[in-house]
Amino acid sequence: MQAAVILFPGSNCDRDVAVALEASIGRPPLMVWHRDSDLPDVDLLVVPGGFSYGDYLRCGAMAAHSPIMREVVRQAGAGVPVLGICNGFQILTEAGLLPGALMRNAGLHYVCKDVYLRVERNDTIFTQNYATGAVIRIPIAHGEGNYFAEPDVLDRLEGEGQVAFRYVTPDGARDPAANPNGSRNHIAGIFDQSRKVLGLMPHPERLADAKLGGSDGKAMFDGLVEALS
Amino acid sequence: MSAITADIVRSHGLSPTEYDLVLSIMGREPNVTELGIFSVMWSEHCSYKSSKKWLKTLPTAAPWVICGPGENAGVIDIGEGLAAIFKMESHNHPSFIEPYQGAATGVGGILRDVFTMGARPIANMNALRFGDPSHPKTRRLVAGVVAGIGGYGNCVGVPTVGGETNFHASYNGNILVNAMTVGLAPADRIFYSAAAGIGNSVVYVGSKTGRDGIHGATMASAEFSADSEEKRPTVQVGDPFTEKLLIEACLELMATDCIVAIQDMGAAGLTSSSFEMASKGGLGIEMDLDAVPMREPGMTAYEIMLSESQERMLMVLKPGSEDRAKAIFDKWELDFAIIGHLTAGGRMILKRHGAVVADLPIDPLAQASPEYDRPWTPSLKRPVLDLADVPAHDTLPTLKTLLSCPDLASRRWIWERYDHMVMADTVTRPGGDAAVVRIHGSNRGLAITTDCTPRYCYADPHEGGRQAVAEAYRNLSAVGARPLAVTDNLNFGNPEKPEIMGQIVEAVQGMGEACRALDFPVVSGNVSLYNETEGKAILPTPAIGAVGLIEDLDHMATIAFKAAGHSIILLGETRGWLGSSLYLRELCGREDGAPPPVALHREKREGEFVRLVIGRDLVSAVHDVSDGGLLVAVAEMSLASGIGVRLEAPHGVADHGWWFGEDQGRYLLSAPVDQVAEILELAQRAEISARVIGVTEGDHLILADGDQVAVAELAFLHEGWLPAYMSSSSDPNP
Repeated sequence: MQAAVILFPGSNCDRDVAVALEASIGRPPLMVWHRDSDLPDVDLLVVPGGFSYGDYLRCGAMAAHSPIMREVVRQAGAGVPVLGICNGFQILTEAGLLPGALMRNAGLHYVCKDVYLRVERNDTIFTQNYATGAVIRIPIAHGEGNYFAEPDVLDRLEGEGQVAFRYVTPDGARDPAANPNGSRNHIAGIFDQSRKVLGLMPHPERLADAKLGGSDGKAMFDGLVEALS
Repeated sequence: MSAITADIVRSHGLSPTEYDLVLSIMGREPNVTELGIFSVMWSEHCSYKSSKKWLKTLPTAAPWVICGPGENAGVIDIGEGLAAIFKMESHNHPSFIEPYQGAATGVGGILRDVFTMGARPIANMNALRFGDPSHPKTRRLVAGVVAGIGGYGNCVGVPTVGGETNFHASYNGNILVNAMTVGLAPADRIFYSAAAGIGNSVVYVGSKTGRDGIHGATMASAEFSADSEEKRPTVQVGDPFTEKLLIEACLELMATDCIVAIQDMGAAGLTSSSFEMASKGGLGIEMDLDAVPMREPGMTAYEIMLSESQERMLMVLKPGSEDRAKAIFDKWELDFAIIGHLTAGGRMILKRHGAVVADLPIDPLAQASPEYDRPWTPSLKRPVLDLADVPAHDTLPTLKTLLSCPDLASRRWIWERYDHMVMADTVTRPGGDAAVVRIHGSNRGLAITTDCTPRYCYADPHEGGRQAVAEAYRNLSAVGARPLAVTDNLNFGNPEKPEIMGQIVEAVQGMGEACRALDFPVVSGNVSLYNETEGKAILPTPAIGAVGLIEDLDHMATIAFKAAGHSIILLGETRGWLGSSLYLRELCGREDGAPPPVALHREKREGEFVRLVIGRDLVSAVHDVSDGGLLVAVAEMSLASGIGVRLEAPHGVADHGWWFGEDQGRYLLSAPVDQVAEILELAQRAEISARVIGVTEGDHLILADGDQVAVAELAFLHEGWLPAYMSSSSDPNP
């Protein structure tokens, strides 16, 4: 399996996700600079976290209009899986690959801490190594992760099973106190209709190594390798 | 150019004597550009003119020191071909005037000091001091400083892994923002600032130069007055996005063979960077200021040379490597301009619009800056308090008061605003004794801590200086790290007052003693003086940042209890020292008495012992006993784990002294019962006092007389204060 990580000026979780991918795949992913207009044929495209273009204008807005993203959108249309983490999720919504938007956190502050996520379904390439309904611990680190979509869009996401992860208590309850940023329906991550594109605010690559205090994120990368190899 | 009047000299912060020295160096009257350059080069901030004499007394050498003070940051050898590069620096004055940008650019500046030397920054820390929580400005300053540190560090993608925060009325008009960065570099690829090679290009990279921050270094070298907020235009504005690009571009260039010398443009901007590079290389520089990338047209030579615009670097490149270097900065979309070349003359010659606008000798400015042996008076020694003269309060209510007081309440509200996990090597989250960051791609780690107890330093600067170093040594030892070296950030009031100068002298002497006794050299540092408003000085605050090495992350310790049924062992001696303690301040409303003395010979032995038992996996948790004393330390271990304790009665000391005395040189260990005998035997052999004081069990903290409190209740109190304070709206100046 070969993965590629897209690098924008200001990306800063590119190395972290590359390390996690390499640990699961057994070889390093390709690192693709945003000005490279050719995107190699790969099995997985990853848009990493960070502050692409300094979050100027609006998080992810400038990266979404870079030439490389046109190519990412084209490949996604052809069925290549795409994973967007944190700023990567923001870029995917700005690029139109995923519906909705990430607004400023309801508490108005940047927040870095572990949160608990409920895995909504495990019949996808991203979640196949989790149990449906499982609660996993993954960190967040963002100031604009408050997922918003119009009610009809939310209804469609819910109706068609496009919600990937939801913020919950350690026991799996959808308690308002467990929602760290005010996201509608506690949404932490969503799929596109094909469920081959996933965007999520939490950082699975940051707890994919027991040395760092947890490895719940590793199952996502391991599952991708099993599905895509 | 107008003639230089006494008023102009005074407004540049130069004394009449200093101006006479300027005249004799120049052999003529300087023009205003030249005067501006003298003024910033000789500011306290850049020249250390009041502190130099005493800084020279600090120990700076050890076999593992690659580069001590004098460069952008200190460099130590950490084995396996790697060096750790680190420094701490203040941004106090700007942070008080404009907290967000002041703190943000403080982080940006210290990051540049570290990556200038070839290191990838891997961790940020900060040591913050704010005024009394009830002061009308404090809340806004906390909010602004924390947001500024987070806004910069989070965007740059370097984790902020720990630090310390105190509140005290002496900082009401003069907060302290000390930022520290630690980086890693190949030990044989360190970059220095000494220029070399006559004719080589002098290259400017990074952001464009604007009119911001002019005379920031001079501002940082004067007392504040009521109109200080009018100095807001001297505060720089940071752009962490550009800094991130600059880090990546510089590290990419450093992997090639293009750079002769490199220096960041920090305080005093292009002036100090160019003078330092030339002076260290014994060369001159000729610069054409027209070539400097500028944000706006019409800037004068004076403004260009004194601007403190952020995110800029100056480099000397090897001949013929300019195109290769430019291609890298083009890729990262940063300005790159050849603005001059090195000359043999030993003079700085600046041109603007084709004419020479300044012609200065380099060494007299850079090296012959005034050095003062300022008069100082010894600090008055306070009497040692007799425990019997300190009122005794009930133990558990006291514990609750202390755990929720401003100086001991949880800092979670602060560190959750910092990305402390980016780079995916943060082994210990904030809140422990020392931060632990994995050395990327290995199973080794660096431990990092910042420490100072200003109330001790005020009570006895000498003892306080010793304590700050010893506390850092303890915090590193408590996670299992071998303490390697120190960076210091000396924050004091006006050195022209003999009693303040006395604080500086005694604190530095105390630090030096401790560093020598503990084999803990000072490799970098920063001095911030004139921290006074309306004539009132801050508590003396010689903040210590320290770095240690963990050879194997499988053998380290954290403060959290790991299981019920483990014995709790107290190392070190307890006399019940309440002088200058938090108990005295928070429970009795008094700030008197001599601070607890530090026994340096014991510190070293105990540190080695703690590292030994951690290395042999004999202990399950370790915590040093510091602010608030023994019971606070026990409670912190419970809070970190949710596991309760049953404690034995005090041993030969009155309750309040035993539980809340701040005797130095103590650690708490927890260990499975079957390993206790071995630990006690090892302690006896090392001549260290050790005794079992309790056992972990349940979810309550239980005293020998049966009084108890739920750990959950303590957690509620401990976690509650700061969020409640920050969300309350009694601030008249929101």
